[in-house]
Amino acid sequence: MPKLIKGVGCPYCGSSCDDIEVLVSDDETKILEVHNACIIGTNLFHHANDPTRPRLPRRRQPDGSMKEIPYDEAIDYMAKTMLAAKKPLVYGFGSTNCEGMSAVARIAEKSGAVLDNCATICHGPSFLAIFDNGYPSCTLGEAKNRADVVVFWGCNPMHAHPRHTSRYSIFPRGYFTQKGQMQRTVLCVDPRETDTAKLADHHLMLDQGHDYELFDAFRTVLRGFEIPDVVAGIPKETIKKSVEIMKNAKFCMIFFGMGCTHTDGRNHNIDAAISLTRDLNTHTKASIMAMRGHYNIAGPGQVWAWQFGFPYCIDLSKGTHAHMNPGETSSVDLAMRDEVDCFVNVGADAGAHFPIQPVQHLKKHPFITVDPNFNMASEISDLHIPVRIAGVDEPGVVYRMDNVPIQFRAVIKGLPGVPSDEELFNKVYERMCELTKTEPIWLAAKEDRRYPESEAVI
Amino acid sequence: MATVTLKPTKVPELMFEGYSITPDAFAGKTAPQIADLPGHEGKFVLKLGDFFEVSGNGGETAADTDIVITGDCTRVKYIGARMTAGTVTVNGNADMYVGGWMKGGKIHIKGNMDSFCGIQMEGGELLCDGDAKNHVGCAYRGDWRGMKGGTIRIKGSAGNDIGTAMLGGTIIIEKNAFIHVSTHAEGGTVIIKGDVEGRVGGQMVKGEMYVLGKIKFMMPGYQKVGTVEKEVDGATYTFDHYIGDLGERHGKSKGQIVYANLYLKAAA
Ligand code: SF4
Repeated sequence: MPKLIKGVGCPYCGSSCDDIEVLVSDDETKILEVHNACIIGTNLFHHANDPTRPRLPRRRQPDGSMKEIPYDEAIDYMAKTMLAAKKPLVYGFGSTNCEGMSAVARIAEKSGAVLDNCATICHGPSFLAIFDNGYPSCTLGEAKNRADVVVFWGCNPMHAHPRHTSRYSIFPRGYFTQKGQMQRTVLCVDPRETDTAKLADHHLMLDQGHDYELFDAFRTVLRGFEIPDVVAGIPKETIKKSVEIMKNAKFCMIFFGMGCTHTDGRNHNIDAAISLTRDLNTHTKASIMAMRGHYNIAGPGQVWAWQFGFPYCIDLSKGTHAHMNPGETSSVDLAMRDEVDCFVNVGADAGAHFPIQPVQHLKKHPFITVDPNFNMASEISDLHIPVRIAGVDEPGVVYRMDNVPIQFRAVIKGLPGVPSDEELFNKVYERMCELTKTEPIWLAAKEDRRYPESEAVI
Repeated sequence: MATVTLKPTKVPELMFEGYSITPDAFAGKTAPQIADLPGHEGKFVLKLGDFFEVSGNGGETAADTDIVITGDCTRVKYIGARMTAGTVTVNGNADMYVGGWMKGGKIHIKGNMDSFCGIQMEGGELLCDGDAKNHVGCAYRGDWRGMKGGTIRIKGSAGNDIGTAMLGGTIIIEKNAFIHVSTHAEGGTVIIKGDVEGRVGGQMVKGEMYVLGKIKFMMPGYQKVGTVEKEVDGATYTFDHYIGDLGERHGKSKGQIVYANLYLKAAA
């Protein structure tokens, strides 16, 4: 009898939907049906059935081909390569659980690596703005229950977060928003007419790359001053009308995406957006949220900020303290400047997402990929280690885009012999300790996780 | 005065963190002792002597120690960072953090500099004959107390983020700048003798900016209040005087609201 598992989390986009139902075969090895998820989520689950999924690590041979090797050999290679490197770079973690992120921190610390995550090419600038200016944010539940004006600034949830609008932002009926979409005014600020823009009540089609000026215009109007007739391609009257809508809202929610974080000015765009949110709070309630891309990309920020004090771009090469300064310690900059000599790509695809020059620089040195599937990075790697798929055949904690932790479950049994990220990194750590003749230090937040076996290190 | 000369002998594979290259660290040391000073390349601690040939002993104090680097330091970071006195001269390029957190003394880079030069500077003088990349004299990430004092003069152009969250001191860019000048600043003076793409004085609370060229995209939060004549870096010009950023909070002094001032050279 196939089993229907309810309350499953979807390990794909930042909406981290936790209302998915999955029908699995009675031996719990096949996914038969996926309910409630959007097309991307559905496909992600079905993907786990793929019989060609890698089950053993593959190592590049002198003739350029890839040959399957046992896990022990792969772990040994990874430990030795990272220890030998002057400055390894560990990047990724868009798609894995917090347990894996916590475990990788041990090997990063041990090998004096730079620890970075996908935020570096995504919402990293939001972090910088948050450092500078605070983060007047809320949960998605609050947005759903209270927001009657929703602003999508430089983001397109209709494509990037397909169920965001139906679960949290536009359509759902909440406690104070009983009429759902009827009660909400939606503003979209985007240089293109995206599907989200088409759905919006007002679309401000600004000149690309001028978000900062437009935020400043909003703030200037809000303080009662005059602005030029046209700012960033938007007429003064439209700006004034939009400010009125936001000011008269009961609860104004601003969602922002890559359109702000990766156009000129980057963190300053978000910084201005945060200032605008703060200003709006003198008139009404307003809140702001980053549209984080992956289901657990808020995770590394949480986990590493707790471990090292910084959410991303963490240079651990000094051994005594962590140093963080994006522009210097960010993955793409490190690669462009030839500042790293070993690259470990975990649960992300640097091969597909980095510009070509950094990839060319990284390829001069050992290149390791840890990922359940074949991807562009795994195909150019010197070593590809497959792991279980978090949220599908491996449970774990994930942080949704609003930094709410959710316990994801495994719906099927993992491939035999394939470890989880956490198990793999723990083994690499043990091997590194053996190689450096040091005692491993196991400190874990969870009771059932590993604890020090030797009393000497407690 | 004692001069210590460093001759680059090897290009580091990764970047070399030359945080020991300051008059403060060299003071009171002999040439072999200086060659023995540490620096990181990745996680390994190496010595200055691994990358430079050192000649001459340091002076008694930082103030009477002059450092001359006779070649290119494109892959050496932190030159003159945190120095308090003395001089450093580089006959070539330098990498990031030149004069970062410096409190006094003088640095002269004869080539170009990378990003983060003069970050969190408190005093002294930083002169660069070439171009600087981004974040000249800006604040460290998350710090709202940026550059506090001293002078940075870039004879070439600079990139973005000049004087972010600046509180005092002077930055002079003799050619062009890209975007974000004095963002979040609460004091200090920035002079740009060439053109700026835009975002001059965004979220600025207090302080002065002078632009002798053109601003392609003006911040909407700035309003023209008059025309004034002012002396800038030894020459007098007529400026259009703007105040702003009207979208940002501002303090009061003697009952008057204090705005940031932007002086844009008036069209002839
Ligand atoms: S919206 Fe995102 S989290 Fe929800 S089902 Fe689709 S891909 Fe999964």
